[in-house]
Amino acid sequence: MRRSAFKGNLTMKKNPFASYSWYLYLFPALFFYLIFMAWPLADSIRLSLYSASALAGRTFIGFDNYIRLFTDTETAARFWGAFRNTWYFFFIHMVVQNVLAISFAFMLTEKTMKYSRIYQTIIFLPVTLAILVTGYLWKLILNPQWGAIAQLFMKMDIEKAIQPWLGDAKYALTAVALVSSWQWVGIPTMMFFAGLQNISEELLEAADIAGATKWQKIWYIKLPLIKPVIGIVSILTFVNNFNAFDVVFSMENANGAPQYATDLIGTLFYRVGIAGQHPVGIPNPGLGAAIATSTFFMLMIGVIAILRMTRNEK
Amino acid sequence: MKKTASLKKENRHLGSHLLLGTWSLIVLFPLWTMVINSFKFKMDIYKDPFGLPVKWNFDSYLSVLRESDFLVFFSNSLMVTLGSIALVLLFGSLASYAIVNWKNKKAHLLYLFFIAGMMLPIKIGSIKLLEMIKGLGLLNSLLGLYPIYIAMGLPIAVFVLTEFIRDIPYDLTEAAVIDGASRFHIYGRIIMPMIKPALATVGIYNLVPFWNDLWFPLIFISDDKSKTLLLGVTRLFGQYITDWSKILAVLTLSAIPVIILYLTMSRQFIKGLTAGAVKG
Repeated sequence: MRRSAFKGNLTMKKNPFASYSWYLYLFPALFFYLIFMAWPLADSIRLSLYSASALAGRTFIGFDNYIRLFTDTETAARFWGAFRNTWYFFFIHMVVQNVLAISFAFMLTEKTMKYSRIYQTIIFLPVTLAILVTGYLWKLILNPQWGAIAQLFMKMDIEKAIQPWLGDAKYALTAVALVSSWQWVGIPTMMFFAGLQNISEELLEAADIAGATKWQKIWYIKLPLIKPVIGIVSILTFVNNFNAFDVVFSMENANGAPQYATDLIGTLFYRVGIAGQHPVGIPNPGLGAAIATSTFFMLMIGVIAILRMTRNEK
Repeated sequence: MKKTASLKKENRHLGSHLLLGTWSLIVLFPLWTMVINSFKFKMDIYKDPFGLPVKWNFDSYLSVLRESDFLVFFSNSLMVTLGSIALVLLFGSLASYAIVNWKNKKAHLLYLFFIAGMMLPIKIGSIKLLEMIKGLGLLNSLLGLYPIYIAMGLPIAVFVLTEFIRDIPYDLTEAAVIDGASRFHIYGRIIMPMIKPALATVGIYNLVPFWNDLWFPLIFISDDKSKTLLLGVTRLFGQYITDWSKILAVLTLSAIPVIILYLTMSRQFIKGLTAGAVKG
């Protein structure tokens, strides 16, 4: 109270428009945020309603881009293919990355666990590297002829297990998703870690006294208490995977090779809206914007759904 | 008696060490092979891809540094990353200062408007952004990347810095106000020094996605002179096709600066990157 009264005095003394002078402080941030973030996101929705070839100019075509995207034989096949792959990609991250992360976090927060710091540092290390670089690296490691894994398998005499992991449509998407999980597992690990450290010591001691086993404590105390963190992690995984691009670009290519097996919404968006794709070779910004807008709405629905599921009823 | 014995056994956490140890190997092994093989001659890589080099080969590094545009890419990335971070911190702290002290409903709405950006991937607006950058004549120029990175970095900056500035006790600024210090003086002399740790968190949070960004350079820049490090790496990767030693030298050179920075201040990195945790 005292604070606001005081500020009011000060500003009145100096300048009758003083409170508006805060706009001066807000202006630079607002300028860049509005022009280069809010406006492009909003205007993409409008662009998706236009036919856009740079030469012919723009014509309003209503929902034609969407109709084409969802139903036209060739376009829709690519879109729904990428859609399915993206969900599968997300699924692998939830099952592998996030389950590993939560297990790591449980282990690292055990009071008597040694070397916890060192493990944390190592687990988090790949996060700081570019997935492009680690993607290239894993591509070399996974090479079935001379890659490190193939050589390891040969030494272990299990040559049959060697497969063209990135070249075979059966394995490619899983391989790429696993490399991506390897890269990012540190972030959810540390978020769960922070969440678990916030659980009160007394609560766990009380459970000990009541004779709860380790698993009972995890299941009945820790997991319910970190439910909001599980929500945040799921949202992040969801949002990030719906725009994954670099990992496929580096390990396969922007076409989602082999035979579109690793084509994600991110790579499809790049080909259609920005780079232009076979057979036309010119980008179609209208159709690209339709992909972006569909992604935008999918993200909104997904985020709201996850928030509802993981809200703590208290 | 029995209880303490079982406790002791439990406290050794053998299973945990086994799993975490294995995972550590899975993390370190690729990085080890990357670094170690970049110092080998081409043929030695095939013979023994896992051990230390028999004969050390530094030529790959020398030729990457001397004959390719690597250093151009590197300094481009350094400029864009540091420049954008500096501007994010400046604009973000100014805005947060205003949001905290401007007693107005609008200020709170603006705050919500800013932090909504933490959930929105800017990539979705790429088609419009490409058009805008083209319109501004900034295609193929590093200058085209700044405004986008600034916009990307602001939501987290406003989020973290507002919290911090709000926590600064009013008594600290009161004295300055009585002395007749201007608002801007208070910002520069009192607020900024106080929020240094928060500025570090925001800086690190943005460092990794800016430095590691491939998407925007890829769609904006095709001219070699303006390529950023990662875009340059994709070019060199294609150029050296089967010269593994050189390829690995390129990958190592592009990863090492961040690795060293990370290892010297891993706590701040972990704290920074999980702060709002939306990665690029």
